[in-house]
Amino acid sequence: MIINQKVSDILEKQFPGSVIQPEEPQNDYIQLLPNNWNEIAKFLKKETELKFDSCQCITGVDLGIEENLEVRYNFHSMKHKHKIEIRIAVDRKRPTIPSVEQVWRGADWLEREVYDMYGVRFKGHRDLRRMLLPEDWKGWPLRKDYKTPNIYNGMKVKKVRKGWD
Amino acid sequence: MGFLEERFEDNIVTAKVDQLLSWARSTSAWYFQFGLACCAIEMMATAASRHDLERIGMMPRSSPRQADVMIVAGTVTLKMATRVKKLYDQMAEPKYVISMGSCANSGGPYSRAGYHVLKGVDQVIPVDVYIPGCPPRPESLIEGLLKLQEKIRHERPLTKKK
Repeated sequence: MIINQKVSDILEKQFPGSVIQPEEPQNDYIQLLPNNWNEIAKFLKKETELKFDSCQCITGVDLGIEENLEVRYNFHSMKHKHKIEIRIAVDRKRPTIPSVEQVWRGADWLEREVYDMYGVRFKGHRDLRRMLLPEDWKGWPLRKDYKTPNIYNGMKVKKVRKGWD
Repeated sequence: MGFLEERFEDNIVTAKVDQLLSWARSTSAWYFQFGLACCAIEMMATAASRHDLERIGMMPRSSPRQADVMIVAGTVTLKMATRVKKLYDQMAEPKYVISMGSCANSGGPYSRAGYHVLKGVDQVIPVDVYIPGCPPRPESLIEGLLKLQEKIRHERPLTKKK
């Protein structure tokens, strides 16, 4: 049995309307709506058949200037030795998504990194600060519409050198 | 050393105080032990037993207040640049800076697309010797350090500048 289909069916049964069914059947990921993501996350961790007790990675993706942002979660179960990827699209203008920091403790810094690079606000995160960039940095550098600043704290960032192109 | 040379018995050397001081400085240039990126690995290899920096009088110091030379080994991000400047300000005079590797010289691979990298550490602190390479081999680093020693040896700390 393919784990993606199984998880998708269980989630659809438990939380009707939360799973976005793919146009073509595929085994790569499960697309979810962000509304009750926190409850779904708790369910994924607790349910005896699933037991996704390890949050391995959280990634942000910018799908394009006109498109949405996306947050991707990779979960693994130590008990059942299966893993899934979950994708949740968030609106570019108001990028808010429930936090799973209190479900998986390891999600803390991963969510902070996604916030740092894409500006996705994780609602309910207890310490949502920038992770890698300095705290007075402006903008979200891995978004496609990011403009590199010319100056930061009196230091030039862009340096035009003739003959390099 | 002038007309006094070879007038005394063996093992007595005559020199001007100026020259003696700069010679002593050049042969005990202790460097500040900190690395920013992969160049630091090469710096550690230079300090280790095969290349052995201590044979030219350089030993690592972990405090900027005891160090004479700062080897900027690696990518200087904008976040780190403020720290590098602060560490440089904490060093006691006379102090020297070696910019090691492409990243510290000009931004290296990040010089065009990096939004977060300082394009050359010379924008923040004055640099004495630039060492090219990505990363430079220990031989290049030693060459740069010998160049720095040469520079220090030609200084005249007690002579008033005109």
